[in-house]
This record gives sequence, C-alpha cells and structure tokens, in this order.
Amino acid sequence: MKTTVRVVMLSLLSVAVLAGCKSKSTKPEAPASTGPSTGAVTDTGPSTAGAFGPGDLDTDACLRQRVVYFDLDQDALRPEFQAIMGCHAKYLRDRPSSRITLEGNADERGSREYNLGLGERRGNAVSSALQANGGSAAQLTVVSYGEERPVCTDSNEECWARNRRVEIVYTAR
Amino acid sequence: MTFTKRCLIALFALLLPLAASAQQQGLEIDIIGGNASALPIAVVPMPYQGSATPPQTDVAGVIRADLDRSGQFRSLPERDLVGRPTRGSEVDYPAWRALRQDFLVVGRVVDAGDGSYRVEYELFDVAKQERLLGLAMTARANAMRDVAHQIADAIYEKILGVRGAFWTRIAYVTASGTGKASRYALMVADSDGYNPQTVVRSNEPLLSPAWSPDGRKLAYVSFERGNSAIYIQDITTGGRELVSSFRGINSGPAFSPDGRKLALTLSRSGNPEIYVMDLGSKALTQITNQFGIDTSPVWSPDGASLYFTSDRGGRPQVYQAPASGGGATRITFEGAYNADPSLSFDGKKIAVAQGAGNTYRIAVLDRSLGSPRWSTLSPGSLDESPSFAPNASMILYAAREGRRGVLYAVSADGRVRQRLVLADGDVREPAWGPYRSQR
Repeated sequence: MKTTVRVVMLSLLSVAVLAGCKSKSTKPEAPASTGPSTGAVTDTGPSTAGAFGPGDLDTDACLRQRVVYFDLDQDALRPEFQAIMGCHAKYLRDRPSSRITLEGNADERGSREYNLGLGERRGNAVSSALQANGGSAAQLTVVSYGEERPVCTDSNEECWARNRRVEIVYTAR
Repeated sequence: MTFTKRCLIALFALLLPLAASAQQQGLEIDIIGGNASALPIAVVPMPYQGSATPPQTDVAGVIRADLDRSGQFRSLPERDLVGRPTRGSEVDYPAWRALRQDFLVVGRVVDAGDGSYRVEYELFDVAKQERLLGLAMTARANAMRDVAHQIADAIYEKILGVRGAFWTRIAYVTASGTGKASRYALMVADSDGYNPQTVVRSNEPLLSPAWSPDGRKLAYVSFERGNSAIYIQDITTGGRELVSSFRGINSGPAFSPDGRKLALTLSRSGNPEIYVMDLGSKALTQITNQFGIDTSPVWSPDGASLYFTSDRGGRPQVYQAPASGGGATRITFEGAYNADPSLSFDGKKIAVAQGAGNTYRIAVLDRSLGSPRWSTLSPGSLDESPSFAPNASMILYAAREGRRGVLYAVSADGRVRQRLVLADGDVREPAWGPYRSQR
C-alpha cells in the first residue's frame, strides 16, 4: 500500500520501481537512518535549515526550471541559465542520493547522426556547469536524443530554438 | 490433404489482416520531372495466355515504371501503342520507327505448372530490326513483381552496359504520433516502395539502418533501452543481437564490404569517435581520437578506408581515414556543411547533405575526373541522408514537406525525381540495399 502511495508520488515509473525494490529491503530496518529513500510519504520538510528537500522541486521557482536552451550550433551555456545551474547544483549537494539525467537535443536541420553529437555536447555543457557549481559527476548522466525528440515540429526559427535544449530530468529526488 | 489445405486456409486468414495493414503502410509514388534526352522505349503489355487464373501483376507496367524513374529511359504511354505484338514474328518495325521508338519490349505470360507463371520476353533494337534479348523467367504469383524488376534490370544492362538495380530493396524508418504517442517502425520495401514489410516496431526512436553486404541483415540504432544502442537483425528470421550499448552515443553502424566488421560511432570516451568492431570477437579498434564530433562512417568499396563526418575544423565536413586507424584527410572543402556521406560502388562519387544557412541539399562530389566536381541533386530545403543505389544510377534521400518527412529517389543526373510518401506519418532514414542474388 505504501508502495502504491510512492508510485503516485514519484511520477517517473523507473524511479517508482527502484523505490519499490528498495523499500522491501530497507524499510523494516531503520526508517530514520536513510532519509531520502525511506520516509517518502512524510518527507516534505527539510532536515537542515536552508537545504533543499524533494518538495522544493515542485515549489521552488528556480528548481522548477528544468530546460536549458542553446543558440544555433552552440553548446555554450547562455548567461541567463547560470542561476538555474546554481540551484540545481545546490540540490544535488543537499541531497547526495538524488540523480539527474540530462537529455540533450538538437533542432531538425542537418544530419541526424551529427545532431546526436550536438545534443550530447549540450548535455555535457550542462553537466560541467552543474559540477562547477558543486554537483557530483556520479549524480549526473547525459543522454543525447539528437533531433529525435522535438517539442515542436514546424520548420522555422522559433520552433528550432525551442528544440535546441537540454532537459534536466530528476530520476531520483 | 484436406487437413493441409485447411491449415493453409487458416494460415492465410491469419496473414490476411497483416497483409492489409502492410498495404496501408505502403509508400505512394509520384514521378516529378522528365528527361527529354532519355532513350525512347515501348514496352507492350504482356498478356496472360494460360488457362488458369491470370496473375495480378501488370508485368509490362512495372517494367515501364522502373525504366522511367531511372531517368535513362522514356517509355511510350500505353495509349500510344500502335500494336500489341507478343512475340518477334508479330513486330511491325516501320510502325514503331514512325513513333521514334529506339527500343521495343514484347512478351507474354504462360502457365508453368504448380501455380507458377513463365514470362517470356524479347527486347528489340527498332532501327536495326535486331533482337537484343530473348529470355524467360518463371515465378509464383506472389513473385511477379520481382520478375518484372529483374526483366527491367536485364533490359537496362543490355542497352546501357550497366547492371540494373531495380530488383533491390530499400530500408527506411517511419514515424507517427507525437510525444508519448510516438511510434516508430523500421521497414523494408522493394526499390519502388511496393511490398513494404515491418522489420521492427518501437515506441522509441529508430534510426540509421545499414544493410549487410548479403542483404540479409540490417544494423540500426534504437533508443528502446533509454539510450542509443546498436542492434543487428536478420530480416528473414527476425532474430536480433544487441552489439553496442556503451555509455554515451552508440550510432552510425556500417557493415564492411566483407560483412565481417561494423564501423560505428561511440562516445564512451566522452567524445564521439569512430570505431571498428570485429563482428566475430566484438573487439573494438578506435579509428579517430580527436576533439570534435566524428560520426556517420561509411566504408570505401575496397574496405581499406572509412569516410565520415567530422567538425574538427569547426563545421561538419567529410574526412577519410585508413580503416585500420591513422591520420584523417579532409575530403570536402566546398560548402559550409557537408555530412552523411554515401559512396558509389566504385568509390568515385560521394553524396552528402550539403548545408548553407537554413537550406540543406543533396550534393554529389564526383572524383572520377581529374579535378573533383560538385553537382546539386535536390532542391532543398531540409534534405538529408543520401544513399546510393548499388549501381549508382540513383540516390535515395529524405526531405521534409510541411511537418512530415518524405523520401525521394533522384536519378544520378538529377533530372528525374520520384517521391515516396507515406499516407499518414513520416518517412526518413532511407538506405538502399545491395544487389539481390538470383534464386
């Protein structure tokens, strides 16, 4: 039953499965000792003042920003996204068990295989920025989808700009 | 006996809906443009002269369509035929000469027993009043299109001295739906888009199909595991093998000409590099080691070198490196963006997606003459993934029209283009298969 609650709480199926597995082995032992993976139902308040907790991912204005956009053929992080790097890196520091997958994407122009490379470069750029702000490489995974996962399918600059992006996906909160 | 028959009927009933859905997935074909300098040829309908059920396939019609889309021939429309001979003795040469036809094809379909048909056909040089070919081919009813394509190949080769590539297959990826409802399929069809068959379906993106030299297998990239991974699948049995799922990118598979190795792109080192995998031992040899994206490897016909896309110079260009590893040489200098190389069978022509601003066209670099010469084969604007026919007479590529992808087959001189469209959804990532061997 508690597992069911978790499934609802954690929207990502893979995470839910992971949590379900974990609860079987660790739950009966010591609920208090391993904070992040056990007290899932009640774990909304931060344990330390000023530290992020999982609830903040849904409420904090900075943490709720999960998409980083890029200029044409560029993998350099635009200055306006530095603030986002700061808060997500802090979250990673505050919650060492959290994990992020950085999904790199490109617009539709040119070679699909080359665009896989471009998407990865952008993912790596965000990964580096998060690490520069104190996140750990062990918490970060980069996956490139190239031009295969567009959010917009018109062939114009406005649409291409929305597709040149890295999505920050929390696989463990 | 009755049992077997009942089984067969049951099996047929089972297969029928599959066949129907496969038909719905079929590509619609339009021919765009024409070629005034193409050779005029009359292909007379080949009537059924047997006593059983006539075949469904219009053999002469298939031959005519094949020859037309090659850009090398201009067939006489059926309504303009001045006679309907089915054998040489019935041919009235002056009448065909008056219609300015250089060549004439006649034939007939007869029973070959056991539900099979035999197509007997002859090719004539009208001016010389000379028979160039007189052959017969036997096939079951469901293989009559194959027979027609093989006859077109024989005619093409007899007249032009170049092996025909009509009796070949193409692979491509279809996509439909958006977001979570996206569906992908890797398909194989005849070179004219008929007879489509699904090789694999997935809810995650599929791309980069590559044929094995014997035409029995396809290597491709699938995201079904969350990240890119390379599979090799047997087209007939459906059996498949996961050959590459390293951390980072796994993409751009290409079989070596002897079929024993696979060139591929891996970014397991943190940066996309070209590797060669021995398919027996799965051992990897790293070919490039360069800061920059190296991807889309293809083999030279002799297997000695690899051509690939690299942006080591700033923008994507085509480079060549020894297939055993070693320094790379830049091949393309004209155009800001050259990617997705495809090589002709003799290695003398390289087709690429050439970009300038927001326009991407298919361009061919011809190195058969002293100085390399470029020609542009497509009008743009977002054309990509060129793939040479095994005889280099045509190039298949992907284009965008509105919000969907379509395929084009363009003659090597760029004068005749054929559009292959999926009724609903997207077609992309074409790969022209090798010659097929005679049964």
